[in-house]
Amino acid sequence: MGNGVKKFMYVNRRAPYGTIYALEGLEVVLIGAAFDQDVCMAFVDDGVFQLQKGQDTAESNMKNFSPTYRALGDYDVNKLYVEKESLEQRGMSEDDLLALTYEDEDDDYKEKPSIRIVNREELADLMEQQDIILNY
Amino acid sequence: MAFEIGGKSYETDEEGYLSNLADWSPDVAGYMAKEDDCDLTDNHWEVINFLREYYEEYQIAPAVRVLTKAIGKRLGKEKGNSKYLYELFPYGPAKQACKYAGLPKPTGCV
Repeated sequence: MGNGVKKFMYVNRRAPYGTIYALEGLEVVLIGAAFDQDVCMAFVDDGVFQLQKGQDTAESNMKNFSPTYRALGDYDVNKLYVEKESLEQRGMSEDDLLALTYEDEDDDYKEKPSIRIVNREELADLMEQQDIILNY
Repeated sequence: MAFEIGGKSYETDEEGYLSNLADWSPDVAGYMAKEDDCDLTDNHWEVINFLREYYEEYQIAPAVRVLTKAIGKRLGKEKGNSKYLYELFPYGPAKQACKYAGLPKPTGCV
């Protein structure tokens, strides 16, 4: 990491639809990706629903933007931390989440998973390491 | 704002981007390009079609950096650079090509 690079964490705590927070948060991440910072995202509480696979918004009259999370790898955003406790409280596991991957340029463009399941304590440690934390 | 091709009217926003993605047809791209004095060649269409596929898959218009990288991967290294793309689309590859492709302005583009 060169000079002037800060560690950013975008924390997503809300369900994807019903409010505009999740979509706005995702757009900020995509826009911010142009600034070559060290970016990661965290998904806690109802935020874990943002990454749930098989979303269908036809009845709600909102655009299903969940495919856009799959573009994050192209934007070099490839550390998506999902809190284990939040998943468990909602009866979910990693299998319920989108299979998000990125290509590792430093490893012959091998496809690797972007989602990392972490427990509450590990997430707290990760937060401790950040320069900037933004909540959505 | 709006324009008309063959008796059919197309809504656009104030910058000329199509309001309704589903209205798009190759004629729309051709019309918009002509307005900009730009002749669409096969090289232009490669990029336009790529953008439409990208949007279909990810529901966003890619940033220039992402577009450049992806074009290079798909169409070859000699096309995956900003010089080539700016020659095709002098108003900015993401902005201008997205407009012809009927997509909204790329996220984060001002």
